[in-house]
Amino acid sequence: MALDRREFLRSVATVGAAAAGLGEASQSAEGSTARTNPNFLGVLMDIPNCIGCRKCEFACQQVAGFEVPPIETFDDKSVFDTHRRPHPRSYTTVNRFPNPIDPQRPIYVKANCLHCNDPACASACLVGAFKKEPNGAVTYDAWKCMGCRYCMVACPFQIPTYEYDNALTPEVRKCMFCFDKIMSEGGAPACVRICPNDALVFGKRDELVAIAHERIRSRPDTYVDHVYGEHEAGGTSWLYLSSVPFEQIGFVRLGSLAPPRLTETVQQGIFKMFMPPLALYGLLGLVMWLTKKDEERPTSPPAVPADSAATSDNGRARAMDYRRTHAPPRTTHPTREDEVSEVRP
Amino acid sequence: MNALEFPRPVERRLLTPGVGVLLALIAVGFCVAVYRFIFGLAAATNLDQEHPWGLWIAIDVATGVALAAGGFTTAALVYVFHRESFHAVARPALLTAMLGYTFVGIGLMADLGRYYNIWHPAWPTMWQGNSVLFEVGMCVMCYLTVLYIEFLPIVCERFMNDERRPRLARACRATHRAAERTMFLFILAGVMLSCLHQSSLGNLMVIAPSKMHPLWYTPILSLLFLLSAIAVGFPMVIVESLYASWSLGLKPELDLLRRLARPASVLLGVYLAFKLGDLLIREEYRHTTEGTAQAALFAVEMVFGVVIPFVMLLVVNERTSGRWLVSAALLVVLGVALNRVNVFLVAYQPPYATRSYFPSAAEFAVTAGLIALLMLLYRVTVTHFPVISQPVGATKP
Repeated sequence: MALDRREFLRSVATVGAAAAGLGEASQSAEGSTARTNPNFLGVLMDIPNCIGCRKCEFACQQVAGFEVPPIETFDDKSVFDTHRRPHPRSYTTVNRFPNPIDPQRPIYVKANCLHCNDPACASACLVGAFKKEPNGAVTYDAWKCMGCRYCMVACPFQIPTYEYDNALTPEVRKCMFCFDKIMSEGGAPACVRICPNDALVFGKRDELVAIAHERIRSRPDTYVDHVYGEHEAGGTSWLYLSSVPFEQIGFVRLGSLAPPRLTETVQQGIFKMFMPPLALYGLLGLVMWLTKKDEERPTSPPAVPADSAATSDNGRARAMDYRRTHAPPRTTHPTREDEVSEVRP
Repeated sequence: MNALEFPRPVERRLLTPGVGVLLALIAVGFCVAVYRFIFGLAAATNLDQEHPWGLWIAIDVATGVALAAGGFTTAALVYVFHRESFHAVARPALLTAMLGYTFVGIGLMADLGRYYNIWHPAWPTMWQGNSVLFEVGMCVMCYLTVLYIEFLPIVCERFMNDERRPRLARACRATHRAAERTMFLFILAGVMLSCLHQSSLGNLMVIAPSKMHPLWYTPILSLLFLLSAIAVGFPMVIVESLYASWSLGLKPELDLLRRLARPASVLLGVYLAFKLGDLLIREEYRHTTEGTAQAALFAVEMVFGVVIPFVMLLVVNERTSGRWLVSAALLVVLGVALNRVNVFLVAYQPPYATRSYFPSAAEFAVTAGLIALLMLLYRVTVTHFPVISQPVGATKP
C-alpha cells in the first residue's frame, strides 16, 4: 500500500509538471494573420496626405450624436500643443508631430480604434459586450457591459475610454467604425467621407494592404517600408503609411502576435473539454482516499465515546457531536508524526 | 492531562476599544461608498482613461483572493491529505476564506461602473468562455457557494442542540448529517476551483504584454500566482490565528502553528525558485538594477516578501517564539499583497501615459472600511459559532 502511494504521488508530480509547462509550451503558437477574413473592411491612412484640418473629428462627433461645436472651431490649431487621446466625447483625435525631414510640414496622425482582426477587448470582455462583426468592425453593446474596464487594460493601443463621471449608466466609448450606418446605408465611415485630402482610403482590408504596398513600391522616397497594422497585434482593419518611422509619430511598437493568443491558449489548455479540471478533481479525490486511515473509511463508522451521553453540559455535548462526525481529536502534545497524535486518549 | 480541544463559540463581549476603531472605519468607508454610488467613479477615485484599474482591484479583489488562500490550502492539508492534527486551524481558515471572498464580491461592486449587471457573467447568453475574467468570475462565484456550503455544518452545530427550538434543532441535525456525508465532494471542488481561479487571476494581465513592466510580465504569470497563493495560505493562517488569539485573549495555538512553518517554507521556496528561474530564463534580471520605482518595489517584494521570510520560516523549531513566527508569516502575507499591487498597478504602464496613478483618499477609505467590516464579522462569527478550538471545560474569562 505504502509503495503504491509513493508511486502514485510520483505520477501526480509528473502530471503537475506537465500542466505547469503547458502555459510556456503553447506560447509559441502562431496566429499573426490567421484571423483575417476577406470580408473585413478597413481604412488606409496615408499619413503624408493629412493636413491636420480635424474635419474628421467634427464628422465623428456629429455622427456619434454629441453636441458638436461649429465646424470653424475645429480650425483651432492650438489644440496641437498637447498630445490628445480619444475620450468619451470624441472617438478620434488628430495629433501633430514634428517632421524630421521637412520641419516646415509637420506630420498629422489621426488616432482612433484600429479594429483589430483578433481584438483583445473582445477576448477580455467576460460578458461578450465587444463583438468582431463580420465586416470587421469591433462594436460594443452597453447593455451587456458590467463596467469592469478589463477591455481598457487589454487594448494594446489604449483606445477604449470610460465615462467615469456617469454614476449610473457609464459606457465604454470608442470608435465603432460607423457600424450601424455602414450596415444600413452602405458607404464609408463619416471620417473617411469628410476627409478633403484623400488621407483616408476606405475599402476591403485585403485590397488596402495591396494598395499600401503598391504605394510604397511606386514612391519609395516618400514612405518607410512598413504598413502599420498589417501585422501589428495580429493585424488591424486600420492601416497606416508613413514617411518617418512609426515610433517617431506616436505609434506603439508591437509584435505580430494578437494578445488574445497569449491568454486564450493558456485558458483553453486549462479548460480543454473540462478534462484538466476534472482530472485535478479526481486526483485530489484519489489522494483523499489513499491517505485515509483504514478506521476512518466510511464503511465502519467511528465508535462513539462512551462518556458522550453521560454529560448534560451543552457545550460538551456539542463538542462530542462534533467529535463523532469528525476525525479523532488530537492530544495536547502533538508531535510531528500524525500517526502518534491519532492515538485515542 | 488530555484536555481535548473542540471548536466552540468564544464567549467575549462585543464592544471593546478595538471594535470601536473598526466601527469608525466602517462608518467612514460606508459614507464614502455612498458618495461613490451617487456621484460616480470620477468623483471618488483617481482612475482615469490611462489607468482603468486601481486600488480596489489590486487590494479588494486581487489581494483579497490571494489572502483567502488559507481556506483551500488548509482544507487540502486536513481533508485531502488527512493531516487531522491540523484540524484546529481548518475552521478559522474556512471562515477567513468565506468572509474574504464575500468581500471580494462587495469590493468589486464598488469598482464596477454598472454594478447592477454583476450577474451578467452567470447568464448563459452572455457567457464569453475565451475571457480570462469570465473564468475568474465563474470560479469565484462557484467557490463562494462551496465555501458557504462548507460553513453550513458550523451553523448547524450552533443550533442542533438548542432545546428551546426543537424544530430548528431537528432541521439542523438533518442538514448537518447530509452535509457531513457529502462534504468531501465540496472540499474537493473547493480545492479545484481555487487552483483554477488563483492561477487565472495571474493570467488576466498576460493579455497586455506591451503594457506590463518586464520584471513582472511573464507568460507563466498564472503559475506564479497559483504558487504564491499556495505559499501564502499557511502564513495567512498563522497570522490570522495568532492575531485572533491575541485579540480574543485566548491561548495561542503555537505548537500547531509552528508545525505549519515547515510546509510554508517549502512552498515559499518553490515559489521563489520559479520566480527566480522565470527571471533568469526571460533574461530580464537586468531591469532589477535600472534604478526605477518599479525596480525598487520588485526588490522589496522579493527580499522582504519572499527571501527573508523563507529563511525565517526555515529555522522555526519547537522553541521559536510566537513573535518570530508571526513576523515571518506577516512578511509573506505583505509580500504577496505587494506582488498583487505590483502586478496590477505598478507594472501597468500604458503607452500614452501622461501621469501616474495613486489612489485617492476615498479609495483608501472604502478599502479600509471593507477590511474593518471583515474583521468585525470575523469577531462576531467566532463569538456566536463554533469556529475556534478551545479546551473543553475552559471557563469564561
